[in-house]
Amino acid sequence: MAQVIIDTGNHIAGFACRAARAQVVAAYPITPQSPVVEQVADLVEKGEMDAKYIRVESEHSAMAACIGAAVGGARAFTATSAHGLALMHEMLHWASASRLPIVMAVVNRAMGPPWNVWADFSDSLSQRDTGWIQFYCASNQEIFDTIIQAYKLCEDRRVFLPAMVCFEGYVLSHTSMPVKIPDQRDIDDFLPPYNPPWLLDVENPITHGSIVYPNWYMEFRYFMQEAMENAKKLIPEIDREYRRKFGFEYGGHVERYRCEDADIILLTMGTMGSEAKVAVDRLRKKGLKVGTARLRVFRPFPKEEIQDLARNVSMLTIVDRQISYGMEGPLFTEVKASLYEREQKPLAMGFIAGLGGRDVTFMDLEAMINLSLKRLKAGRVEKEVEWIGLRK
Amino acid sequence: MFLCRSDLKIEGEFRNTFPFLLSLYLLHQWWCLMVKEPKSMKDLPITPLSSPTIASMGKTGSWRTFRPTIDITKCTRCLLCWIFCPEGCIGRREDDMPEINYEYCKGCGVCANECRLGAIRMEREVV
Repeated sequence: MAQVIIDTGNHIAGFACRAARAQVVAAYPITPQSPVVEQVADLVEKGEMDAKYIRVESEHSAMAACIGAAVGGARAFTATSAHGLALMHEMLHWASASRLPIVMAVVNRAMGPPWNVWADFSDSLSQRDTGWIQFYCASNQEIFDTIIQAYKLCEDRRVFLPAMVCFEGYVLSHTSMPVKIPDQRDIDDFLPPYNPPWLLDVENPITHGSIVYPNWYMEFRYFMQEAMENAKKLIPEIDREYRRKFGFEYGGHVERYRCEDADIILLTMGTMGSEAKVAVDRLRKKGLKVGTARLRVFRPFPKEEIQDLARNVSMLTIVDRQISYGMEGPLFTEVKASLYEREQKPLAMGFIAGLGGRDVTFMDLEAMINLSLKRLKAGRVEKEVEWIGLRK
Repeated sequence: MFLCRSDLKIEGEFRNTFPFLLSLYLLHQWWCLMVKEPKSMKDLPITPLSSPTIASMGKTGSWRTFRPTIDITKCTRCLLCWIFCPEGCIGRREDDMPEINYEYCKGCGVCANECRLGAIRMEREVV
């Protein structure tokens, strides 16, 4: 029977891991992800979860153990944050290029130094090109639903890539919210057991990840690109199927809010999306035609969705909780790149906000929209990127 | 000067040309079957996977510069060489005596290095 529980994002990720019937969990604790690991270890120890929990000495080993488990035909799960994710970097490539459907919860935390354990996207966005699918969540319910959906997506034969389910440290990871946990039988129905097309099997030995000379290497990279394109098509389908079964839907790649007749759209990622709804409601009351959209999937990047979003809009205001040094926010770059081929392009402004866990409130977001409005009236953007909340 | 087949000392094995060509053809067929060289992208798995074959590079014994020889009077059948041979070229006879497969042994010398009794000597190959 479905039940509603009130718990933190981290514990919900642990429950989702159980609900997805992960068979092997190998993880190393790191703030602010530690409660995910504790929760899973607890569930395994109590016998509430039928999984092998592997204690490892580092994140690099955690991912290596997950790769071994997935190659052996088990459904693998792990979780990490910031520097742990960075340490995993080599193994991230091994997981994706070996085409293993591992799902990992990434609790977003700023990279040091200066040492900082609070939320921003600098950890997961630094891993953009590793071939992992990246989801960004805005509520604890979404964390649960996305982990289940991620397994469904990754284990599809047309995809077979690993996925990160990212949510911001403390903002979600240590905040309690009510979450509806569906009936286990319904989840099992939605997510059948993992059925790998090949196995590490002593009776029938094969070598995995063997050397490929330049004459065939590029083809394997092309297969991964093809898989990402397939994933892009499947994400909205899986989201709709999930809605039909469990009642929750997140708009596929991009969750839109009051965008139908909007002149300015505020594009965000993660929990800033929830705050943006408040800002939009307030500005709508003042008679401004604003809407907001929240990007849920960063890889594969929903280029067509972004083009559709920008169709009848005069201004796009893009907020990044990460800076690519020497350029701008990564989301800003990708959105502009998606619009390059279109003749009618809206003006665009990028904002850097909330680095290292600094709060991004609806007031900050309102200020961003107001500034964009000013630029829109002037008809041009002098300074493309603004830092919000930077102290003088 | 051209090398002829008699120089390569294969005359004793192949008395005339026909069986020689036939065996080359069969070897090629066996190679294609074992290695399964893909013809197009469609033949590839989505990630590199290979099934085990016996020496996909052919008879690697020809690469050898130094040849390991076991002095059976010194050997105590401890089998360290059998454990350490990185290519699995040292076999184990029924009486536990190690036996080197010279068709595939590349002469790396690991066995001679591991042998505590100096029972394995590396000698330069005479061509």
